[in-house]
Amino acid sequence: MPAQAQHGTTPLHLILAWGFVGIPLAWGVIETVLNALKLFR
Amino acid sequence: MSSTTMRQDSGGGLLTLLNRNRIMAGPGFSRWMVPPAALCVHLCIGQVYAFSVFNLPMTRLIGITKSAPGDWKLTDLGWIFSIAILVLGVSAALFGRWVEEGGPRKAMVTAAIAWGGGFLVAALGVSIHNIWVVYFGYGVMGGFGLGIAYISPVSTLIKWFPDRPGMATGMAIMGFGGGAFIASPLSVGLMHYFSTPTRVGVAETFVVMGIIYFCFMMVGAAIVRLPPPGWAPQGYVAPAQPKKLITTRHVFVYQALKTPQFWLIWFVLCLNVTAGIGVLGQASAMSQEMFPGRITAVAAAGFVGLMSLFNMGGRFFWASVSDFIGRKNTYFVFFALGFVLYATVPYAGGTGSVTLFVLCFLVIISMYGGGFATVPAYLKDMFGTRYVGAIHGWLLTAWSAAGIFGPVLVNYIRQYNVEHGVPKADAYNNTMYIMAALLVVGFLCNLFIRSVHERHYMAEDAADAVGMAD
Repeated sequence: MPAQAQHGTTPLHLILAWGFVGIPLAWGVIETVLNALKLFR
Repeated sequence: MSSTTMRQDSGGGLLTLLNRNRIMAGPGFSRWMVPPAALCVHLCIGQVYAFSVFNLPMTRLIGITKSAPGDWKLTDLGWIFSIAILVLGVSAALFGRWVEEGGPRKAMVTAAIAWGGGFLVAALGVSIHNIWVVYFGYGVMGGFGLGIAYISPVSTLIKWFPDRPGMATGMAIMGFGGGAFIASPLSVGLMHYFSTPTRVGVAETFVVMGIIYFCFMMVGAAIVRLPPPGWAPQGYVAPAQPKKLITTRHVFVYQALKTPQFWLIWFVLCLNVTAGIGVLGQASAMSQEMFPGRITAVAAAGFVGLMSLFNMGGRFFWASVSDFIGRKNTYFVFFALGFVLYATVPYAGGTGSVTLFVLCFLVIISMYGGGFATVPAYLKDMFGTRYVGAIHGWLLTAWSAAGIFGPVLVNYIRQYNVEHGVPKADAYNNTMYIMAALLVVGFLCNLFIRSVHERHYMAEDAADAVGMAD
């Protein structure tokens, strides 16, 4: 039998995983939006 | 258990942790853990789009405040990005089958070592001021990591999301677009932090970024799982009758290259990307020259930022839309709407409508990103899931080709017009019409795509012989 991950995914796992990638991405997007706003000034 | 699987289990110690049979998901594993794993990788390699922030600082490594004799020139530095993109295409093509058969974790770890290690080698090159070491570090090693990383999560996501393959791959490839958003301010901030009166801070920044990216990608490699054989999402029932352009069978990677469908999709991607990439690189100059005095350099930078956001958002939006309207129809929209928008740009310039100009380009660039994100699902529809990552790797050569054609077309046609007395404000008009014509050719290529001929499909048990599950 192939070895399998023994534990199921909890909501905390999902929050941590999405937060891990979502927070830096959101920071980058906010920085870019702030720069993009210069177009309308 | 196949003999290949047994061999993989029999030795190798820690290395066996990387094998595909060791990352089968257990009961209760949520498929929604897989997109973050893919994003861990794509957000890191998306840094390549922001490499240009290092260009100017690297021209004054000796002079510090301004370029000194012996400092590198921008033309020398331009090759770093070009080599990385070239090696990306080559490695994705040549190692696609290895990625597919070895599984996503092995590929992600390999990519993390190459990408993170590439930064460290490039840092050494900057420290000893040897451009060839930088070419090798960032260009060759990093480019290799880019190619492997780009394709590594594609087929895994498609297998976890058979009901929404476009949306799933769109999320990952959106990360590639978004990686530059993180890398750009991070690079500038780190260089500022490390700069001293005697150092620009590039080498230190490379070291820190290499370590951060390595760790980030390793988290993705740790999270990623493959679905067990025969797994399907709850409530999902595969269509009893395969749709005309969506196969339930599989085509071997090298067999796919012999089909007209592969090459038609190759041209579809190449033409869609050519049209977008040409204006993406020239957006700042184009907007200022078409609206002199009305769009300043600062506003143009904002326009470029806005385009990057639509480039990223379009990847998720259009790939998700393709799950509902079909891949072929999505590309029809790209080509038909793109044709109208490119043809409208000269009108916007002529009437002085900045709003119309900006709107046209934002939609165009969203479709440019959408083209990248939708194509893995298009390949999956035509060639099945088993070798889709490897086939996608070969298809990325279309990106490399478009990377040459797009900017060359825009730059040379503009230059020709200016040299023949066309005012700068109107110099891009012919380019826009030529881009629109390219999209007509793309439309026709897409129109000719039919389902793959029966003779190209693998025998049902062929993939089992290489120890693969889907």
